[in-house]
Amino acid sequence: METLVIGLTIFVLAVFVGFEVITKVPPTLHTPLMSGTNAISGITIIGALLSAGSGHTLLTTALGTAAVALATVNVVGGFLVTHRMLAMFRKKD
Amino acid sequence: MNTGIINLVYLLAAVLFILGIKGLTHPRTAVRGNMLSALAMLLAVAVTLLDKNILSFEYILAGVLVGALLGAVAAVRIEMTAMPQLVALFNGFGGVASVLVAGAAFEEAMGSPVAAQALAGDVATLTATAASGLIGSVTFFGSLVAFVKLQRLFWEGAVSFPLQRLAGLATAAATLGLGAAMVLAPESTGLYWAMALAAAVLGVLLTVAIGGADMPVVIALLNSYSGLAASATGFVLQNNVLIISGSLVGASGIILTRIMCKAMNRSLANVLFGGALAPAAGQAKGGKDDLYAGRVKATSGEEVAMLLDGARRVVVVPGYGMAVAQAQHTVRELMLLLEARGATVEFAIHPVAGRMPGHMNVLLAEAEVPYDKLREMDDINPELAQVDVAIVLGANDVVNPLAKTDPSSPIAGMPIIDVRACRTVVVVKRSLSAGFAGIPNPLFAADNALMYFEDGKKAVQQMVAAVKEL
Repeated sequence: METLVIGLTIFVLAVFVGFEVITKVPPTLHTPLMSGTNAISGITIIGALLSAGSGHTLLTTALGTAAVALATVNVVGGFLVTHRMLAMFRKKD
Repeated sequence: MNTGIINLVYLLAAVLFILGIKGLTHPRTAVRGNMLSALAMLLAVAVTLLDKNILSFEYILAGVLVGALLGAVAAVRIEMTAMPQLVALFNGFGGVASVLVAGAAFEEAMGSPVAAQALAGDVATLTATAASGLIGSVTFFGSLVAFVKLQRLFWEGAVSFPLQRLAGLATAAATLGLGAAMVLAPESTGLYWAMALAAAVLGVLLTVAIGGADMPVVIALLNSYSGLAASATGFVLQNNVLIISGSLVGASGIILTRIMCKAMNRSLANVLFGGALAPAAGQAKGGKDDLYAGRVKATSGEEVAMLLDGARRVVVVPGYGMAVAQAQHTVRELMLLLEARGATVEFAIHPVAGRMPGHMNVLLAEAEVPYDKLREMDDINPELAQVDVAIVLGANDVVNPLAKTDPSSPIAGMPIIDVRACRTVVVVKRSLSAGFAGIPNPLFAADNALMYFEDGKKAVQQMVAAVKEL
């Protein structure tokens, strides 16, 4: 119960911070915002690493390894493609 | 390594994620912002690898190598016009990773009698596990459908079949039922995987009914889901950095979804369950011939060049037609040419132009159109009366005055770029066919409108050539 409440507190506060920060992003940057936050959602890779490396059973290792690969596609691809887009916005300064 | 230190590094990563997103509030700081976010991810990954529970690294290494290679190649090779489907696909991968992680954690707990017993009464963790599997699975399969549609593989428009709504409701009920059963009786992990499977069907059903015009909403919504799935996984693993970053992504997706819905005057429920714009399309088609008959004036590159010759202020309204024709580079050429002749050229961008939020801006940025020339709809609408020539390039519904005048129209109430107020409007379009909303556009028959029947890129090339001849 205790940990759940702490988790919920963090969740709700982070949502508020998110709303405050993100509403200030101009429409020009909505696509990079989306692909950038998309890359951030790959944070689930942390959980994937723990599963893949725990060495408990073959099943959890296999699930974890697949998750590591998929989340890495999301993270690496997401940040790179966002960088490509943003570089196009910058070079006309 | 000490868990206290690991958690402090996670906190640092969370702060960097927030600062990274904050950087995206201005084009000048955006690149740095993205790098901060990437750095945060690197820190979080690096410190996780020091966790004492990680015993073997060979599988991790294999997974990271394969994933990084695939992601990097896709990111570097993709055309900017295909950006929406790539983002949808990446998004889906994040979602399915959450399903697998929560599933692995569940399997692991059930594998040891002590942990299984502890988990049996832990409703909070079980619920988080179910939520992670459910949301992640809906995200993945929904994203796959979005990818298939945007890539024009199949199911391009809104797909409808008999009893669609009933099927959706039944699947949703089955998914929730399986999730609840799993939480109440977690004797085996079978229920978890069954629920994930039902959620997969739900994800397909939810997105298959949504047509092309609503794609920006769907992509924004799925983006939000992938964040919520990561957040739920954070509750399963009791890991704060997952909870924080997941909720940031969830908030971002919801905000964009709301903006897109507002820009189309739709409620979210309507987009999700209403089966898109299809129903009203049939009734409106009847009026098309009467509306256009004898009132449409066709034009040519030479005529447009003469108009542009006398124009001091020109506004281009880009739509998906420009993207399909890859005309953005030629448009820039026209812009430079007109500016050299002393005219002002600006771009009026509707929030839902393109296939994802802000897609048009990226395409124009790719063609090196300075971002201060990209004007938002609300910002430029009051100034359109002072514009000499508006060039509508492959945009239909976002300039359709019916949105204001016909309450029975499927786009009724949708804010539009009101180009009718401009002195002359040149509409570049291959034919008089309707746009995604499937309705005729009275603008094409307006007194101050000229139709330029041509492929977007060829039309602009012809305009460029004719302006050079002047």
